[in-house]
Amino acid sequence: MLAKRIIPCLDVKDGMVVKGVNFVNFRNAGDPVELGKQYSEQGADELVFLDITASYEGRKTFTDVVKRVAENINIPFTVGGGITELADVERLLNAGADKVSLNSLALKNPQIIDDIAKNFGAQVCVVAIDANFENNMWRCYVNGGHVPTDKDLFSWAKEAESRGAGEILFTSMSHDGMKIGFPNDALRTLSETLNIPVIASGGAGKMEDFKDAFELGKVDAALAASVFHFGEIKIPELKAYLAENNICVRL
Amino acid sequence: MKVVIIKYNAGNIFSVYCALKRVGVDAIITDDKDIIRSADKVIFPGVGEAASTMKYLKEHGLDEVIKSLKQPVLGICIGMQLMCSHSEEGNVDCLGIFDAEVKRFSPRCHADKVPHMGWNSITNINDSVFNCNVNNEFVYFVHSYYVPLCNETVGCCDYIQPFSAVLKKDNFYATQFHIEKSGSVGEMILKGFLDL
Repeated sequence: MLAKRIIPCLDVKDGMVVKGVNFVNFRNAGDPVELGKQYSEQGADELVFLDITASYEGRKTFTDVVKRVAENINIPFTVGGGITELADVERLLNAGADKVSLNSLALKNPQIIDDIAKNFGAQVCVVAIDANFENNMWRCYVNGGHVPTDKDLFSWAKEAESRGAGEILFTSMSHDGMKIGFPNDALRTLSETLNIPVIASGGAGKMEDFKDAFELGKVDAALAASVFHFGEIKIPELKAYLAENNICVRL
Repeated sequence: MKVVIIKYNAGNIFSVYCALKRVGVDAIITDDKDIIRSADKVIFPGVGEAASTMKYLKEHGLDEVIKSLKQPVLGICIGMQLMCSHSEEGNVDCLGIFDAEVKRFSPRCHADKVPHMGWNSITNINDSVFNCNVNNEFVYFVHSYYVPLCNETVGCCDYIQPFSAVLKKDNFYATQFHIEKSGSVGEMILKGFLDL
């Protein structure tokens, strides 16, 4: 049976993981490769590395990070952030990334989804959507949640799918970082509308939130950052908990 | 030991190179026929589309080389599908090493999403295939096309319907899943293949 996936997300700036990460007995705090390895050994099913560097130099450093991750880690990983054209995708895939995650670029230039799917296959293209529930609609935002668009989450997700997206990663802006659980109603609608996997992102505070995302939100995977980084939820315990609740996970 | 990874127009070859490196093997990535023929082990990996990769193999004469190999050969993902007789993807005749036709998953219900992406368990695999016990272990799959169960199936997976996760015929081995991305289980399988 296909297992539900647990995905830690690491923000990388100038080649180092930012946001506090709190592993016991961990010497090289901040090294994305060491942290990725640690998560991989704990049973993470996939890793996401987001480049939050703004500079060109930082971008080059990130490519080196991707390469070192590929050399050292034996589970799939997705990279995102700073992708502005097809050549960036090619550079990251050549460095060993398995998938790329697009957010603002896809909304501003949806054709990029078609281009990635055509050139590298749909499985490579993860479309990340930040949306906020306002005036009775899930409004999509770009530029890290700063700029509203006129697109609605569900119609945009459907369009992304039809253009060749391989997965949808949805973050609710009002849930992200709040530790109140995932927006399960919206996730369920997404999962039931789309024929591609849906990843819930942002909002997890306790193990039950993951169970709810899988059971109520019907998602295929759940992503989180701080609850893992600060050790509030440990991946082996989370997976054991999910297995006890009859959710298929890789143990 | 000389391990060769066949270089062609498919992605993901660097990941396979890294996986070999992690188990202590410095593989040669090449499309040179003589180097491929002289290898102790040949790996035929990749992520790509059947018709365009098959066309490339033919244009470069690699199709005949692969078929003629006598040493252990391991196909991974699209490599496995190209080793079959025909693929629905681009409706193309393939290498015909395995007597099986590659088909596209047809979902029975909404929950059957395509591609089949993520960790799924391999079943009915005998320890002797890769000299290790990996039965019921989870491995990583990403594919929209599959090889139905056939005489050469030596490991199964179930998604939408049972299909071939591992094929074996004489010196030819193949896995639908990505050995190089399948954590410690993948590493065990890779080591098992290298020890053949």
